[in-house]
Amino acid sequence: MAQDCCGFGTVLLYSCSGASDVGELADRAVRTLWKEGFATKTCLAGVGANISGFLASAKGADVNIVVDGCPIACARKSLQRVGIEPIAIVLQNLGYKKGDTKVTEETIARVVEEIKAIVKSKIPSSTIISPGCCC
Amino acid sequence: MMKIEILGTGCAKCQKLEEIVRKASEELGLNAEIVKVKDVKEITNYGVMITPALAINGEVKLAGKVPSLDEVKKLLK
Repeated sequence: MAQDCCGFGTVLLYSCSGASDVGELADRAVRTLWKEGFATKTCLAGVGANISGFLASAKGADVNIVVDGCPIACARKSLQRVGIEPIAIVLQNLGYKKGDTKVTEETIARVVEEIKAIVKSKIPSSTIISPGCCC
Repeated sequence: MMKIEILGTGCAKCQKLEEIVRKASEELGLNAEIVKVKDVKEITNYGVMITPALAINGEVKLAGKVPSLDEVKKLLK
């Protein structure tokens, strides 16, 4: 859903949502973060398909965060291809090995907390991490 | 006729964008239809995730900020 916010502190979140276990983990963690209100999930496929609304939103956001399952980093590269440098997280680099990771509620919850900690350490302090309206 | 759409739920910055677009259109002497799209579901159908946003002839040109008058004029030319 579109953020009501008017371009201040807007944080968009993408996952690779790949076919592997870590791709699924990335997708479910990102969906959880979205439901918690940490940031707004948006569609990586929309960026890949050059849909103008997704591209303009990515370019207009204060921060774009991508979560990839493995080091192939499809999500990060999809944004870089259109000139956007996101905060990039790779789950395999956090110890979640591709092909050997069980996607459970506990794993998802752990990944969610790890993503939050990484983002908070990298995001500009002036940026409010909130999808709410600022008007 | 050019179709200009202001995408936003009606917040202050959405109104500001509309004001700038109308002024730019007038100064350029455009024969344009200016439409406000306020329904969030309709806005997301454009792939727009942050507002305000501006679409020209169905293509979203910018989102999440209020551009200057000159920026809007460049987009409309």
